[in-house]
Amino acid sequence: MFKQTALSGQTTFFQKLRSIDYILIVCILILGVISSLAMYATDGGELLYHTKSHVLRFIIFFVMMFVLSFLNIRFWHATGYLFYIVVLGLLIWASLYGITASGSQRWVDLYFINLQPSELMKIAIIVCFAKFYHRAQINQINNFKNLLVPMMILILPILLVVSQPDLGTSILIALSGIIVLWLAGINLKYFIYSGLFLLISMPFVIAFLKPYQKLRILTFFNPDKDPLGAGYQIIQSKIAIGSGGLTGKGFLKGTQGYLEFLPEKHTDFIFTLFSEEHGFIGSLALLFIYGVIIYRVIDIGKNARSFFSKLFCFGFASSIFVFITVNMSMVLGLLPIVGSPLPIMSYGGSSMLATMIGFSIVMSTKIYQKQIIA
Amino acid sequence: MFGEGGDSGYKKLSTVNRRMFIMTAAKLVVFGGIITRLFTLQINENKKYLTLSDKNRLREWRLPPVRGDFEDFFGNKIASNLKVYQLHVVPEQVEDFRYLMIRLRDILNIDSHTFKKILKKKSQQKSWETLIISENLSWDQFAKINFYLHELSGAKPVLSVARNYPYDEKFTHLLGYVAQASEKDLIENEVIKKSHVPGLRVGKIGLEKTYENQLIGSNGIQRYEVNAYGKRINQIDFVEGKKGTNIKLTVDTEIQAQCNELLKDKAGSICVMDIYTGDLIAMHSSPSFDPNLFLYGISHENWNEILNNPKKPLINRSIQGLYPPGSTIKPIVALSALENDVISTKFKVNCTGKTEMYGQTYHCWKDTGHGIVNLRDALKVSCDTFFYEMSRRLGVDRLNLTAKKFGLGEKVFNGTYNEEKKGLIPSTQWKKNTLGRGWVLGETLITGIGQGYMQTTPLQLCLMTAQLANGGFKIKPKIIYDKKSDSYEKIKSEMEKNRIELLSDFQQDDALVDFSLEKKKRDTDLYKPLYRNQENVKFVLEAMFASTNEVRGTSYSSRISDKKYQFAGKTGTSQVKKITEIQRELDLDISQIPYKERDHALFVAFGPYVNPRYALSVFVEHGGSGSSAAAPLAKKLFKTIVDRHEEREKVREKSLMVI
Repeated sequence: MFKQTALSGQTTFFQKLRSIDYILIVCILILGVISSLAMYATDGGELLYHTKSHVLRFIIFFVMMFVLSFLNIRFWHATGYLFYIVVLGLLIWASLYGITASGSQRWVDLYFINLQPSELMKIAIIVCFAKFYHRAQINQINNFKNLLVPMMILILPILLVVSQPDLGTSILIALSGIIVLWLAGINLKYFIYSGLFLLISMPFVIAFLKPYQKLRILTFFNPDKDPLGAGYQIIQSKIAIGSGGLTGKGFLKGTQGYLEFLPEKHTDFIFTLFSEEHGFIGSLALLFIYGVIIYRVIDIGKNARSFFSKLFCFGFASSIFVFITVNMSMVLGLLPIVGSPLPIMSYGGSSMLATMIGFSIVMSTKIYQKQIIA
Repeated sequence: MFGEGGDSGYKKLSTVNRRMFIMTAAKLVVFGGIITRLFTLQINENKKYLTLSDKNRLREWRLPPVRGDFEDFFGNKIASNLKVYQLHVVPEQVEDFRYLMIRLRDILNIDSHTFKKILKKKSQQKSWETLIISENLSWDQFAKINFYLHELSGAKPVLSVARNYPYDEKFTHLLGYVAQASEKDLIENEVIKKSHVPGLRVGKIGLEKTYENQLIGSNGIQRYEVNAYGKRINQIDFVEGKKGTNIKLTVDTEIQAQCNELLKDKAGSICVMDIYTGDLIAMHSSPSFDPNLFLYGISHENWNEILNNPKKPLINRSIQGLYPPGSTIKPIVALSALENDVISTKFKVNCTGKTEMYGQTYHCWKDTGHGIVNLRDALKVSCDTFFYEMSRRLGVDRLNLTAKKFGLGEKVFNGTYNEEKKGLIPSTQWKKNTLGRGWVLGETLITGIGQGYMQTTPLQLCLMTAQLANGGFKIKPKIIYDKKSDSYEKIKSEMEKNRIELLSDFQQDDALVDFSLEKKKRDTDLYKPLYRNQENVKFVLEAMFASTNEVRGTSYSSRISDKKYQFAGKTGTSQVKKITEIQRELDLDISQIPYKERDHALFVAFGPYVNPRYALSVFVEHGGSGSSAAAPLAKKLFKTIVDRHEEREKVREKSLMVI
């Protein structure tokens, strides 16, 4: 107890500054630059609204992340449940009084920003679970009460997000939650059981899907069936990526992008645009940067002493990985089109805010890695 | 807090670490999968997707090709392209479309029907596509638009080209006309299909149709980069189209115009031909119509007027009209009889006005009869009785051979006009094959005066006359001017050579060879004699001279005594209906007979008599007698033809010098 207090208390600001993970910081900055340039390309090589607001958001949220990094990791542990409850409250707020856009009610108006709480939930769920399992004993993890509570924690936001309706985000929340649950030590058999249950209930779930969601899933299996309708996005995305070739068409020269063949090019399909202009090599480079980020987060988690920090880092790294792979698989035609942004790259404040909060918790873990949480 | 470091805590940590390790391995595999997919798309299938991407972004716009001109022998444009003023609007670029349209309606006086049509068209096309408000603005309208242009933002006055026939109705049947390409045109003609753009005008009939592939020209091509909505972003490439070939004709606009004038308010045809080169100098069919009407889609009113005209303006009588040649066939009948040694020039017949043969009465046109006539007189006064007797001796089959040889019953322009008709020269064989009945001898008699089954086109009669007038040599009629074609001098010497050649083996008895064999070597027969003994041809020509220039000749009243213009001809009056005995008694004046039952008036002629160069045929449908309705037209025309000859020679010499 003594040792612990001494360790944390004696750290000076400069020591903290020194212990920041600079590789991670640099990688995030590089991503910021790349995403800003990509945004510039989606605006057709002009400094327009999307580019400006993306750059502004990146700068604000990056600074915010840097500042929040110096918060003691104990703060995050202490506010873990609160964080979750606040976000859950926002979700309920969104479904009651939220702003509706393109048929989905997923934003709350906070006067200075239109916040999408479902994006924040992606992080909040990890923090919440990390706190929950930090306390739990290994032999208690698989008992009924300790299975039921996390289940409720997970299902509640998922139901709220599905009803918005936002299938993509709810799937991503589910995936990050499930991964954290598994990492925390829940017996694999429960996953298998629930997987089987899901499979059986699938027909009933499909019956409840909105027609356009059903169409998307059907389209995934056969995009050429209706090339100008539902299959349009996936076909155009594949054309853009495929025509990029080894080195790409060049910055600002992606014809699929600037001639508006690409749908949602600054959000979900930002990777398509990037890949068309920078080709296979550019895509590999981007993947490499994401890889380094994930590796750094895992490494920080490994060196963390508290279970909370460790589980959060592992969980966060895994969910970033899931977000990236789901997004890329989607634009590459490996998965059906569900709305899922590419972290940092895609246009969208809430997603960027959530990711940056995640990074600041990771960074805090790094700075306070010797910290033991009661 | 001991739990943190206790056994349980250790187990928890090792679980999470172990599971994270598994997770990391899985991540690597998934990343590998994504990279593989990227590799497949971007490296392996790059070509495929690159093509697809280009297909997405590049669009070609074909511009309408510029059609080749038609010009006459003297270089006058008789079909060309006119600059037209059009008004285009791109709805997307207009702030207030309704307001603009209402303003335009008031300025241009667009009627409500057209106005609705334009609005309908607008709703059918994309907002950035050009909407053509008017295809052909008058100069007044164009000036007005330009005056108000500052308040008509979005309206674009445009200069374009459209087919134009400056001589209106004068060349309609000869040239044909163009109109908007139909579904059928696209199916039938590959070339049209290849260069088709909306609003393309193509030849519908006549030379415009026949020479479509030469005239059409090639499209200009604009290659644009377009965005996903089809909007043009920027021009990548522009290839200028090539204008279609200009086609020069052998016709003389001045003579053609006079033909039009002469046949005004009549139904009929006039054809004029160079008897050596075969150049068609004029070919007019009346009534005609203005081909410019078809350019922008003919109005209902105009179309009905053309369609309901009892004189049927749509028929090109010169090549489509089939009529019994009447007495104009007599020179051929006479020639055939002489060639086949059926009679001699001294043979005489006593004409009493009618003759009984095979139990039937055959009338001469002159009820009182011609008295005793020889062949020369018979041609001169067109004595039917003489020809009944002569053709009885000749027989229809020998007449058939001679007539066909001289161009009757065969298409004159083989293939130049799709609508050209063959006509009919009967024979015993023909009747057996088509009607299934045997030839009746009485039919030979009426065939001998150009009635009965016999049907010819006015152009065939012109060719027949030309081939007689040049001394009896085969020529090739043409309407398309060709620099490389044989000159008058060359043809003349060629004919002379062939004449002497025939003279040297005169002893040969097979001068009249089977025509079916000759047909195969049609072109090799060019400039070869069509006769066995040229004296026979000369005799017929001289008799035709008498017919026009001697007292009692049927066309004596239309003669020109000036040697320079003097011509020789043969009249013809062909019956449309069998004349009954009562009618014969009544001897009605032409005005008393219903139009449809009146005789056709015909006249064939050549001139100048000394050194003839031109032959013509005049046909006036239901015009009455050849001597009163047809021959006077020829007299007026001949003056022009001869006067124009010098001009023509000048142009010809100039064109020779250019080579």
